[in-house]
This record gives sequence, C-alpha cells and structure tokens, in this order.
Amino acid sequence: MSTTTAVVTPDVTTAAGSPSPQGTTRRRRSTLRKKLELALLLGPATVLFVAFVFFPLVAASYYSLFDWNGFGPLTDFVGLDNYTKALGDPLFQGAIGHNLFIVIASLVVQLPLSIALALLLNGKIRGRTGLRLLVFTPYVLSEAVTAVIWLSLLQPHGVVDGLLEGVGLGGLVQLWLADQNVVMFTLFAVITWKYIGFGIILFLAGLQGVPEELREAASIDGASGWQTTRLIVLPLLGPTIRIWVFLSIIGSLQLFDLVWIMTLGGPAGSSTTMATYLIDRGFRRYEFGFGSAVAIILFVICFVFALFYQRFALRRDTQGALTGRVE
Amino acid sequence: MNTRSIRKFVAVSAVAVMSVGALSACSNGDGGSADGVTNLTFWHNGTAEPILGIWQDAVDEYEKANPDITIDVVPIQNEDFATKIPLALSSDNPPDIYFNQGGGLLATQVQSGQVADITELTSGWLDELGAASGNWAVDGVQYGVPYASQVVGFWYRTDLFAQAGIDAPPTTLDELNDTVETLKAAGIAPIAVGGKDRWPDAFYYNTFAVRECGEDVLKKGLADADLSDDCFTRAGQAVIDFIATEPFQDGFNGTPAQQGAGSSAGLVANGQAAMELQGTWDKSVMQGLTDTDLDPLLGWFPFPSVEGGKGDASATLGGGDGFSCTQEHAKECVDFLEFLSNDDIQTKLVESQVVAIPVKAAASSAITDPVVKSIYDFNSEAAYVQTYFDIALPTGVGSALNDAVANLFAGQGTAESVAEAVKAAK
Repeated sequence: MSTTTAVVTPDVTTAAGSPSPQGTTRRRRSTLRKKLELALLLGPATVLFVAFVFFPLVAASYYSLFDWNGFGPLTDFVGLDNYTKALGDPLFQGAIGHNLFIVIASLVVQLPLSIALALLLNGKIRGRTGLRLLVFTPYVLSEAVTAVIWLSLLQPHGVVDGLLEGVGLGGLVQLWLADQNVVMFTLFAVITWKYIGFGIILFLAGLQGVPEELREAASIDGASGWQTTRLIVLPLLGPTIRIWVFLSIIGSLQLFDLVWIMTLGGPAGSSTTMATYLIDRGFRRYEFGFGSAVAIILFVICFVFALFYQRFALRRDTQGALTGRVE
Repeated sequence: MNTRSIRKFVAVSAVAVMSVGALSACSNGDGGSADGVTNLTFWHNGTAEPILGIWQDAVDEYEKANPDITIDVVPIQNEDFATKIPLALSSDNPPDIYFNQGGGLLATQVQSGQVADITELTSGWLDELGAASGNWAVDGVQYGVPYASQVVGFWYRTDLFAQAGIDAPPTTLDELNDTVETLKAAGIAPIAVGGKDRWPDAFYYNTFAVRECGEDVLKKGLADADLSDDCFTRAGQAVIDFIATEPFQDGFNGTPAQQGAGSSAGLVANGQAAMELQGTWDKSVMQGLTDTDLDPLLGWFPFPSVEGGKGDASATLGGGDGFSCTQEHAKECVDFLEFLSNDDIQTKLVESQVVAIPVKAAASSAITDPVVKSIYDFNSEAAYVQTYFDIALPTGVGSALNDAVANLFAGQGTAESVAEAVKAAK
C-alpha cells in the first residue's frame, strides 16, 4: 500500500489559484497529483472490481434470503432457510467431502510428486528442456478441453482400458466414471495430470533461488545428496511451497469445469463438488435464491481459509504487504 | 490549475467515462426503430448444418420481403439455453424471438412477465399446426408456436438384430426382455443409454408411467406435480426391474448422451449397441457421429406395451420444438413465426431430415425414408402425446425428477423415490 496517507485535504479550488505561499502550493499540488495518479491507476480496476465482484457479491447475499426461481420480483423472504437447507442436504455435505478429498489428496500426492519431479528436472539430465516442456503441456490446455479429452479416453473399452490391457494390466480396468467408488479417484488423477506441470514449473523457479554456494558448502562439509535436499533446498523452497499449497487448496475448493463436463457430479451425486451443486441447483433447477446461498457458503469457506492462510502461513512471505507494517 | 494537472484531470475523467461507457454498452443492443426499421433478435438452437442454413435462408427471405424489418440471428448451443434464458428474461433486453420447448418450462418463463401473450395475434392461423401447439399454451393463453414434434421410441440397428437372429422388433415388454437376452447371448450390448446426462434415464421412468397410468391420472399428476398415485410407483418399480435385467452397455452411468463416438448415440451409430430409447431427433445426432450411411441400418419401434398397465399402448412420450416472443416486438415476432411455419420451410426441414414430424401436415409428403414415415404415422395415430416430464413439470421439479431416476439407474432409491423427490422439489 501507499506509504503516504493524505495529510492535506485535497481542495481543487485552492490548489488552482489561491495566493498561498509557494511551498504550500507546491506541496498541495504534489498531493493533488498523487491523488490523480492514484485515481488514474486504480480507477478502472476499482470500477471493474465493484461492478463485477463486489456488486454481484452483495446481490447474491440478498438473493440468498429469498425463495426465488429467477423470474419475477423477489417476494418470498425466507431468512436463513436456504442456508440451513443447504447445510442439511446430504448431497451438499457429500459435495464438501469431495472437495476436502481433492484438497487432501492434492497435498499428499501432488506436492511431493511435483517437488520430486522439479528436483529431477533441475539436475543436469539429457533433454531437460524438452522434458520440462512436456510436463508443462497439460497445464496449457483449458480445463474444458482436458475434460472432453479424458471423458472420451475413459469410456469403457476406450483408449485407457486398451492401453492397460496392452501392457498386461487388464485386471486394473475399472468403470472409471460410472463406478461410484472409483469416480473421485479418476477425477483426481485427471486433475493431477493437468496441474502437476504448474507445480513443477513453480518449484523449478523456486529452485533457481537456492544459491549454488550453499549446496557446494554442504557437499564440502560432507552432506549427502539427500541431506542437502532435506536440510538446505527444501527449507529455502518454503515460500514457493506455501504459495503452491495456497493455490492448490483454493483451486480444489472451487473445482468445477472438469467435474461438470466429465460426470455432471454423478453417478448419483458421487462426484458432486460445492461448485457443481451450486450450478445444478441454480441453473438447472432454477432455484436461484438457494443457489445464491450455496455460492455465499462457498465464498465464505474460501475467504476465511484465504484470510487465515495469508495471516498465518504466508505471513513471512508477504510481510508488510498484508499486515500493513514492515518489520 | 496549471496545464499539467488539467491534462491529468481530463485524462482521469476520460478513463472514468470510458469505463462507465464500456459497462453500459453491454446493455445497449436494443431494437431501435428511429429510422422506421425494426430490428429483431432471434435466438435459435440450430448451431449445426443443415438447420443453421435453413433458419438463415428463411431470415434472408423474410428480410427481403419486409424491408422495414432486420433480424439478428443468434445460434446458441441447445444446453446453453437453460442458463441464458433466465438471465435474458430478467434483463431489460430479452431476445424478441427465442427457442423453447413449451410445457412447464415455458410456464416458468412466463412468470418473468416478459413472454408475450400471442393468443389473438396467432388466432388466424394457429389451427393449421394441429394439436402440437397446445404445448405452447399456459392456462389457455398461447405463448409460443411449434415448428416440429418429437416422439420418444427405440431406434435400433437392423443389422445387429439380424446378426442375433431377431426377425421382428418387440411389441410387448416380455418380448423386449427376450430381445435383450438374445442380443446379450450374441455378444451385442443390447441398449445404450446416456446415463451421465440423466434426462435419457428419465425417458424410461416417463414411458413406463405412460404405460402404467391412465391418461387422466397422468395428466393430473403432472399438472399438480403430485405423483403419489399407485401407477407412478409401479412405473418406478418397472424401471428398477428393467435395470435388473442388465440391458445397458458397460458403465452406462458415465456415458454422455450425444457427444462423441463414446456417447450412447455414438455407440448405436457405430454398431456397438443395438438400441437406444431416444427422441426422433436422435437419428440426425447419430448420423453426425459416423461416416456410415445409417439410412439402411436404422429401424424404429415404439415403447412396447406393458401387461396390466392402464395406459393406452398407442400413447407416447414426446414433445416439440418451437419459438416464443417477448413483449416489445410481439406483433413483428408473430408475423415472422407465421412466415416460418409456411409449407415451404416446413418441407425444407423435413427434406433435410432435421425434422421427422413437421407440424404442417402438408410437409409430410416430403418424407421419403420409410422409417421416418412410420414414426410420422405413429405420431398421427397416437392416442395422445405426453410431453417429457421434465419439460411438462415446472423446471425445478422436472430436474429433481430426472435426478431421482438417474439415482435409480445408479442403484439408489426405491419405487417411491421419484414421487418423493418430486414432492420435495415442488
């Protein structure tokens, strides 16, 4: 944030032509200039933010208090009924569970995997650039395209089944998207395929910030490769890991496109996420009041998590920027 | 104020004004008629050829004949209508002419106050469209005009039936069960269903209910969104029993209905499944998913009769496609819709095989394919056509019904659970 708080009240008329002493005028002018600069630079963003983030948020909170199908005036005020109904719906509880599964599985599987692959790709191996490019490719695809591709690959007797059978693993073949006990794992595998490249690139960038001297010093002191990684590299990768965790959790909580296209949240709600539940109720059932309540719940969960995470986990990394003081 | 700050002030104001201008521009595409020309917006779901071209040609012809009218044609993906229409109808600027499927969906849209009552405007010519237009009326008020009817029945592969040694399509439920067994024994997946999309599952519950329930009970149950009559429970049980015979392809709960070769339509189109319970439109969907000419390979038969059912065996599940008008330019819209339903355009729709059952009887002479002709005749002779339940019911209730039937397909629920879901969503 800006370090200058407005000391002088801006007054256009006096700044324009008052006979005040030279020094004050200049100071006022520079304050005015700063204000104008701020208005110029922040204005468009503020207008957009208010119009497309803040206003919809307020509107959704308001709609969420009504039983409303999206047509006609808001007349049926129901207070917090929509919220209690949502939180009491087993389908929505299941959806929260599915989101948590993705959150936890991402941390447990994707985090170590992407760090390991980043370390590997950071070493001096043949075809490094090509490999880096390759792992990053899925991330470049849009989520919708990814979903459509995997939806066809995963059909029974499809490409994935054929490949497994081809390498003698036919026994592993499942009804990937149709089996209620398998579908979340399938979706998680596709999510991992898509987002692992992002983690790897992030950690590769982080690894460039680990000074070579420290590794050299460690190896002179007789540290093994594993010790160097564990005691020197990983701690220095801390800020990158913390930001990856943040992005991963927020992404997992808002998971939508992939699931919507691949399963619509089915079969029988076994892959419903908070976001697919919200769209399903809002746009397919025209329960816009109820859908708004679900949206607000989703927002509160993400927002509270983001605040706490920024305050506690990211504090050292973003010092000054969010806490408002520089230590 | 010195020149520099003036310049800056102007710059800031300009940015502010531009931002506001950019925002308001979003809501500015109105049908202004300042110069005597009325501009209409026309939303339809024919995003692919040949129907895309048919609508565009019709518009061009209409504009030529009516120089005071211009029409902006906006083709929109069918699935997107569900999200775009409620937003458009809550705005100040809804499309003047838009696609819809009538029934309870239309009744829900009418609550917006934006859909035009066209009872009087169409009174001179609506009769020519026959009984189909009834589905676009809400409480006796006409809110739209159909251009095609659809019925739901089994599309099947004649070559696969022959391969399994089946000489005639089944006419009773017992025969259908036998057909399924015979096909399975021949190593052929009997029926494809797009369970991922849920509404194809609902066709089974809906058609069983049409067979189990008498017409009055059925119509009343749907009008009141109350499916507590015993016949609806029997329909639920019939679905459960039918699924238990394992007639569907592997992993049917994850199969999309119409997208790609792995979809249920794609499986039939590519000979990987023998039958599919679908609407009349499905043939053109299937043809889009294979290079093989399906004309000689596809047959059609109505949903078989069910022993002990109170429903007329010639009754069928179906619906239609049509257009509605919004208030501002209702008169111009109706004039255009009258033009759209002329024999010439109806014939073009039939010839392109997009429409199997035109609303104008005159266009039926253009039907050449014997299978399509049999569907047309079946529809003409049907005791009545019951609109798909999810369209007949108010939107929220209809979706709840589809979800409950899909749960049955996933092995969850009882014979009563569909009726319970409808009651809960009401």
